[in-house]
Amino acid sequence: MTPGGYADKWLDVDLSKGRVEEFSFPHETLEQYFGGRGIATKILWDRVGERWDSLDGHAPDNPLIFATGPMTGIYPGARICVSGKSPVSNGVVGSTAATETAVELRTAGYDGIVFTGKSDKPVYFLVTDDGGEIRDAGHLWGLDCEETLIKLNKEVTAELSKRKPNVGLWKEPATMYIGPAGENLVRNAAVCTKVCHAAGYGGYGSVMGSKNLKAVAAKGRGSLPEVDAPEAAYLLWRKAHEGCMGFTTFRRWGTGYLGYSVGADTSSEPIRNWQEEWHDEKSMGVPNYMDRFWVKSKWADFNCTTNCMKVSCVKAGKWKGDITDMPDYELQAYCGTNLGIFDAGDNVHISTLMDKLGHSGINAPNTMGYAAELYQRGILTEEDIGFKLEWGDTEAFDRLAHMMAYREGIGDVLAEGTYRAALKIAEMKGLKPEETLRYAVQVKGIEVGAHGTRSDKDYTHDMCYAASVQGGDHTSTVTDGYSDMSEAVFFDSAVFCMFTARGPSQELIFDFAKAITGFPITIESWRRETGPRIVTLQKALLLMGGPDVTWEPVEDDDNPPRFYEPLPSGPYKGQTTDRELVDMRIQAYFETLGWDERGIPTRETLDGLGLSDVDPLMERFRQ
Amino acid sequence: MWPEASRVRVFMPFPGLEVPHLCSQCMDYPCVASCPVDALSVDPTYGAVIVDREKCTSCGDCIRACPGTVPFLHPGDNKATICDLCGGEPKCVEVCTEAGYNALTIVNEGPNINRKLYSRNPVDTARDLAVKFFGEKGLEVIE
Repeated sequence: MTPGGYADKWLDVDLSKGRVEEFSFPHETLEQYFGGRGIATKILWDRVGERWDSLDGHAPDNPLIFATGPMTGIYPGARICVSGKSPVSNGVVGSTAATETAVELRTAGYDGIVFTGKSDKPVYFLVTDDGGEIRDAGHLWGLDCEETLIKLNKEVTAELSKRKPNVGLWKEPATMYIGPAGENLVRNAAVCTKVCHAAGYGGYGSVMGSKNLKAVAAKGRGSLPEVDAPEAAYLLWRKAHEGCMGFTTFRRWGTGYLGYSVGADTSSEPIRNWQEEWHDEKSMGVPNYMDRFWVKSKWADFNCTTNCMKVSCVKAGKWKGDITDMPDYELQAYCGTNLGIFDAGDNVHISTLMDKLGHSGINAPNTMGYAAELYQRGILTEEDIGFKLEWGDTEAFDRLAHMMAYREGIGDVLAEGTYRAALKIAEMKGLKPEETLRYAVQVKGIEVGAHGTRSDKDYTHDMCYAASVQGGDHTSTVTDGYSDMSEAVFFDSAVFCMFTARGPSQELIFDFAKAITGFPITIESWRRETGPRIVTLQKALLLMGGPDVTWEPVEDDDNPPRFYEPLPSGPYKGQTTDRELVDMRIQAYFETLGWDERGIPTRETLDGLGLSDVDPLMERFRQ
Repeated sequence: MWPEASRVRVFMPFPGLEVPHLCSQCMDYPCVASCPVDALSVDPTYGAVIVDREKCTSCGDCIRACPGTVPFLHPGDNKATICDLCGGEPKCVEVCTEAGYNALTIVNEGPNINRKLYSRNPVDTARDLAVKFFGEKGLEVIE
């Protein structure tokens, strides 16, 4: 019998051969890896395995995975997890995005899609109740994200109405797509959806580009998968919503209130490429956004009562016609303060631009801020860039974002992401790598999210990026290797939103997981077994890395150098990340997970998690 | 959960422009009049359109007769599906109130010809909303 919460069917798409097949997982595998990030990591291990370090993230062989989980659409806050071998970290990132694509996929009867190969011409993939099909996207290639969404919505709706005209009005499909950044293999490009949402971390937009896959569209008319214990699930569903509704801060402001307070209060907001983390600029305050730009103050994805999103639109002036969300805190910081931009309108513009070009709104502006600091320090010159790149110059950053998306001039170097750009620029300038890497705010190649560690007042502390298998990803930070396993690792594998997990208790969430699947799940089983299994496998693949970059155990399990500089301003001036504490806590983290003192999973641990076949590949990392 | 079986379907031709699409109980009930097999009738107490699923032949005449193309064929049994006001105690109102939005309330009103005006194609409604939200840009977002 199929466990509850699963459609129990996947699509396997070979884009080289134009072949679409269906497959299922043994139910034991579902219980062991659950879904989303977990099942994606398992797929990658099964399909790539010992070839991992020689597989380029942009090679046709790299499986690109769109995975839902058993709780997707049923637990409040539907998301989808995009994964594959990350061309950024060379490991596995479970990159999630809020989108109805997850729901449409499941109502069409599928838990996920695996794409391999490379199409010889641009295509998009359409999933309906009748299965999956590869369709021509020649007319969409080259379009920005907004244009792609508009055209695809209209085209697919018309096609489905033509196929089945008698059933009534066809609702539009849900779509995920790439923009010019993904098409041109900007290494950290995003997979975008719903105008302003994205699976940003990991660079899977460029993996789509490398496969000539412009978009995925889905429309299902069936029901979400049946659950194991419907009555319990219904009660828990009502309870979960009750919890979400109590989270009034996000309902009122989204995360848009943090653009001011993470700077002014916790002093952990990136400013001018993290040279500072404190500001008291009221211009970044939420009322400036709310009163000037919000046209919708409560916006949510399917089955979500948290409503953390808002819709912004610029109706007049030079950025007229820009549409995005609040922007949320991450983009307020990265498309604002990190570039020295402290004007709400200019911030909305850069955020919109990221959405349109298909850049990741965190990662690309991290690289832009990095370039601006190199310009400030005279390492990059006006001649290198083609114009002056001063802090706060919105037009200049607009220009740079385009150059990166289309790989023009210095944009071609910066399109490699902050870490690789730093290495290239060092080579260009005849500098030692450490001379440019010292300003690169990334961990394992992944540009760090907009929460610093130096003030120690945010949720991000000492080793939370340094030890993470997803590097700088601020949605997957670590604390102790135990409680983490029932948080991000679980949310990304059950696949629902981390913000709808705020409000309902952890006990309720795990009871819900059990009521849906019928698996004997508890918080403890996730903390001791399922979570560690997923993270240990991610760690093994991250250690193997390659082919262009590998990460040294210990040495690369660290924060960016900047996080050890003293804060230059604000109430926590002089304070910095405690290196001894970082080292000590990383050791404790490794120990908790059963990894050796250099972070290599031990044979005993691998055997205990059912990962014995990974052990021979870990041997070469052991001393 | 079965979104496409819900008698209140939410369309979103462009992100942010969600349009709930449901029966507005036109005073002249063109759907009821169009049914060739008398499968549709009007609930005498609440005015909702009731579908007799035994009689329905899935011909789609009611869909075409509706000014807003509101009825649809249920993806399960392929029969005409129209909001029946849950027998006078609409579930949508109940959960909306519970959620604290209070966007939906129950009103008791007599026949009114204006109700028909709310029976619209959701893409048309979204296009109007787009202009309200996005100004001139709104004319571009829904082709």
